[in-house]
Amino acid sequence: MPNHPFEEHIPGLRRYARALLRDRTRADDLVQDTLERALNKFSLFRRDSDLRAWLFTVMHNVHVNQIRSASNRMVTIEYNDSEMTPARGGDVTALHDLANALERLLPEHREVLVLIGVEQFSYEEAARVLDVPIGTVMSRLSRARERLSILLEGGTAPQLRRVK
Amino acid sequence: MTEKPRAVSDEELHAYVDGRLAAERVAELEAWLAVDAEAAERVRAFQAQNRALQALLDPVLNEPVPPRLTETVQRPRRALPLRAAAAIAWLALGGIAGYALHDWRTPPVVTAQFAERAAVAHVVYAAEVQHPVEVTAEQESHLVQWLSKRLGKELRTPDFTPFGYQLVGGRLLPGDKGPAAQFMYQDSHGARLTLYVSAAGEGAQSSAFRYEEEAGTRVLYWVDRDLGFALVGELDRTRLMDVAHVAYQALNF
Repeated sequence: MPNHPFEEHIPGLRRYARALLRDRTRADDLVQDTLERALNKFSLFRRDSDLRAWLFTVMHNVHVNQIRSASNRMVTIEYNDSEMTPARGGDVTALHDLANALERLLPEHREVLVLIGVEQFSYEEAARVLDVPIGTVMSRLSRARERLSILLEGGTAPQLRRVK
Repeated sequence: MTEKPRAVSDEELHAYVDGRLAAERVAELEAWLAVDAEAAERVRAFQAQNRALQALLDPVLNEPVPPRLTETVQRPRRALPLRAAAAIAWLALGGIAGYALHDWRTPPVVTAQFAERAAVAHVVYAAEVQHPVEVTAEQESHLVQWLSKRLGKELRTPDFTPFGYQLVGGRLLPGDKGPAAQFMYQDSHGARLTLYVSAAGEGAQSSAFRYEEEAGTRVLYWVDRDLGFALVGELDRTRLMDVAHVAYQALNF
């Protein structure tokens, strides 16, 4: 049986899911939910468009729905101060700090940073994946990078807390 | 070069970091960075962020993919519903995708003919330059009263201005179960969106949103109590869905 066209995109989807959720099992659960939803909706995929971008769009929607239903209209992000240790020592610590910082960003900031910086989507593609105007992608990217810089410089930024 | 380089915007700095800046602007921007130490420092920091994020996340690509994920896509689609199978066959033939978005196991209460009528009405009148509507938005309350009276149901014109669409007006049309109403909206680029409404017939039940591509356009349709609604336009599906949710809320009273 030939490989399913989704198969070659699974590693990339896993990488993005790991950025969104950090925990490996939860991230792979998100990939699995994404694949299942994409299979059910595959007939809606336009053959002239990019399959990879479409799969990321599906993952974005699944993730957003999960966040919404989990928080039931209230999104609260709280940080554990004990994790706010500034970078020190070798690469492993630096990566650990980066992972912590990434986790502290707003979900929409995390998404643009990774879609553009790691998944190498263009701004237009990222706008389509997230279903927002390109101007929103640009402003989120700018804020996300400033915010990440502050977090990586030692966690002196005010605690971020959002209640919607 | 004696002239001071042109200042760069924040957006251009990010585009440069991501390798997305237009080639002809790169040299100018680099000239600017040579004189603006602060901007240069930000560029270096953002480039370092991208590299660090890659270092953090790229190892995932080399992990073995858990079998449950490959099995998900390799597993034959058990109980692939006939409608979906037919839709995929149609797609393969380059045909029209007719496929219910949700809950395809229950037979649709509004038929594909309803979507088709709405799509044809859209294609015919949205292309009309001189007379796109019978009654214009200037007489909105008259328009709504008139069409409500003809359909025998209280209608409303949903507000799509958050999506950039203004009401143009509306017209009365023959539907397959009696009169139908078409409300037309237009954005600042002249793109048109129509909302088609007609009685859903005896025994109709409220339904989920269904999506079809018909007559070269896209249709989202649903039944709310005894009325069938179809939103037709050239928007992409997710955007059409967003607009349909607003329409649904405005019309569900």
